[in-house]
Amino acid sequence: MREALEGSQAIARAVSLCEPDVVAAYPITPQTHIVENLSKLVADGDLHTEFVSVESEFSAASVALGAAAAGARAYTATASQGVLLMAEVLFNIAGLRLPMVMTVANRAVSAPLSIWNDHADSMAVRDSGWIQLHAASNQEAVDTTIQAFRITQQTELPVMVCMDGFILTHTMEPIDLPSIDEVRAWLPPLEFDRQLDPEDPRSVGMLVTPDFFPEVRHSHHTAMRKSLEVIETTDADFAQAFGRASGGLLTVEGDVTARVGIVAMGSTVGTLQAGMAHYAAEAAGPALLIKLRSYRPFPARALRDAVRGLDTVIVIDRAISPGMGGILGTEVAAVLAGMPDAPKLVNHALGLGGRDIPETIYSDLLAAIRDPDAPAFSVFDADMEKLPPEDR
Amino acid sequence: MSDETRLTELRQKFGRQPAAPDETTGAEPTPREAQPRFRGLESGHRACQGCGEALAARLVMECAGPDVMVANATGCLEVFTTAWPESAWRVPWAHSLFENAAAVASGMEAAMKARGRNTKVLAFGGDGGTYDIGFQALSGMLERYHNVLYVCYDNEAYMNTGIQRSSSTPHAATTTTSPAGRERMGKRHLKKDLLSIIAAHHIPYAASASVAFPQDLQRKVRYAMGIDGPTFLVVHSPCPLGWRHESRLTINVARRAVECGLFPLVELERGSLTNVMPIRDQRPVTDYLQLQGRFAHLFGDDPRAQQKRDHLQALADYNVQVYGLTGAGPDPADTGGAAAVGRSGVAAGRR
Repeated sequence: MREALEGSQAIARAVSLCEPDVVAAYPITPQTHIVENLSKLVADGDLHTEFVSVESEFSAASVALGAAAAGARAYTATASQGVLLMAEVLFNIAGLRLPMVMTVANRAVSAPLSIWNDHADSMAVRDSGWIQLHAASNQEAVDTTIQAFRITQQTELPVMVCMDGFILTHTMEPIDLPSIDEVRAWLPPLEFDRQLDPEDPRSVGMLVTPDFFPEVRHSHHTAMRKSLEVIETTDADFAQAFGRASGGLLTVEGDVTARVGIVAMGSTVGTLQAGMAHYAAEAAGPALLIKLRSYRPFPARALRDAVRGLDTVIVIDRAISPGMGGILGTEVAAVLAGMPDAPKLVNHALGLGGRDIPETIYSDLLAAIRDPDAPAFSVFDADMEKLPPEDR
Repeated sequence: MSDETRLTELRQKFGRQPAAPDETTGAEPTPREAQPRFRGLESGHRACQGCGEALAARLVMECAGPDVMVANATGCLEVFTTAWPESAWRVPWAHSLFENAAAVASGMEAAMKARGRNTKVLAFGGDGGTYDIGFQALSGMLERYHNVLYVCYDNEAYMNTGIQRSSSTPHAATTTTSPAGRERMGKRHLKKDLLSIIAAHHIPYAASASVAFPQDLQRKVRYAMGIDGPTFLVVHSPCPLGWRHESRLTINVARRAVECGLFPLVELERGSLTNVMPIRDQRPVTDYLQLQGRFAHLFGDDPRAQQKRDHLQALADYNVQVYGLTGAGPDPADTGGAAAVGRSGVAAGRR
């Protein structure tokens, strides 16, 4: 049924439909409305879960870890500093191969303090071994959340659902929420074989010497690569059951004759779609829009297929690795390396710390590739006039 | 299945059966071997000789198990019991990180609640993981009233990393990060009074125990296991390597810590003192200190040595006074440490 819901409220409802046994969370802007709404669902008796209001994000992740190890369906949500405070636990959860789902309401990382959106937080835990899926709209965030519970059960890899803070979390949109019976029919109950059980006692999280450590990491990497297929089939299966997909690993849209592709994640994709619709006339030629949904595992083959034959690929980063440049851009460059007739790569950071990205960015980006003196990477929307000359 | 039936089945499945007479010699098993027992922590692990923590953990597991699950902080106990692919644990056991044992235990307990199970959750940490880095998670667990027994094996320094001072290290003790030298006489600060902070959470039960008094320790574990709510036990556990005493002296050293008043054995319910183990004749603290190399600098020619000894004696006397360890006069029920003597409160009434 379609309802007008704020993004956070919709996520809380989606989580509730998946009936988690344990929810642990600590408030942080812009994730707060998610946990507030979950708390209210519990208070009203609409959600039966052990809701643990912890004293820090570090404990939120740790409580979810303990719950998952004990065989519970576990959920948490956070953002920004919270992701970083959790970082040690996030690596641990993934290393223990525990199934759980976490929403990240993407927000910039301090300093300077910013409560607004970018992707620095989830990028900082890129190598933790979690699956990271980016939602481009609130409907996608809702559907991806439900899918995430199934993916994590099937892969025993924890899943992070990333949605842009404020831009998605605080925006009200019509959302189609499935009924609980539909979700129950689609999402099987959690049966975690390695759960802690006095009748079959096992030790979890043991010391591993160099004799076994590389094998552990290798098997984790293999599991991540295998999860590419699970992410794709789960989305396809979801589409069959609920009549809409969230974009598998990535999706391509736009004029198939285009010689330029734009790769982006999250709500930026929506802005570019609007830009493409409204500013095509002003733009210097058509473009393909490549929406990357699965950031980890990174769909290298699908991306190569998507950009094959293009002259130029523009990669939009909503984060920066100071001293290197764009993070997504660097990874796309790695994927393109060695590809015959690889397109030229242009990388821009956009919208850092919540800087608004206007629809006109679509034509601006396409115009910029005509500039022969353009650097390989730029913070595209940085206003140099605001900086002293030595910092430009 | 009732809890009792389940417990019996688990004990039969994982417990040690009484030993039979030796097949070749026909020798009868010792009374200890003849006793069917549950051993949650098996022998064969890699702890040092005389390890107080290994002994304490075995004693706790004997009466807590087998219907439990354990969240274990990083530390010696985790390392010496579990190098993959071997494990000394006969109960479900999980190690996550150094500072989150209490939070992981909270999650396990929430899972048990959500899934309608009665398995009791235990959390184990050393003093570093409890007094210091895991302190916040512990406070949160107590405040949220999780049904978890948290046991701190207190060996008064970061032993797993090679003997560095913690907030539990006693005043004037040397560690590798509080060495004695021309300018310093070991640790400059006091041992944190953790139990008082725990008691300030007004949890149902908090107590201190010692490996030198196993019956008392096990009575406290059993009592805590029967409580539906957060309980806390700190167990004084000598570390021969870190305290620099002979391995065979572990029990002696631990006993003297209690007998001199430096490590009082007390019980608190809802934040109020309900029971103490009395000291019949208070030993001078030097009886305790001189067994350990970590206090060796307090027995040299340095004029500051006497000062430090006096300071430690004053701390012990303070404990004796505030906890009433010697009582007002001769106590007819005093067993000289064989068992704690109840003076008031629920704990005393239950025994």
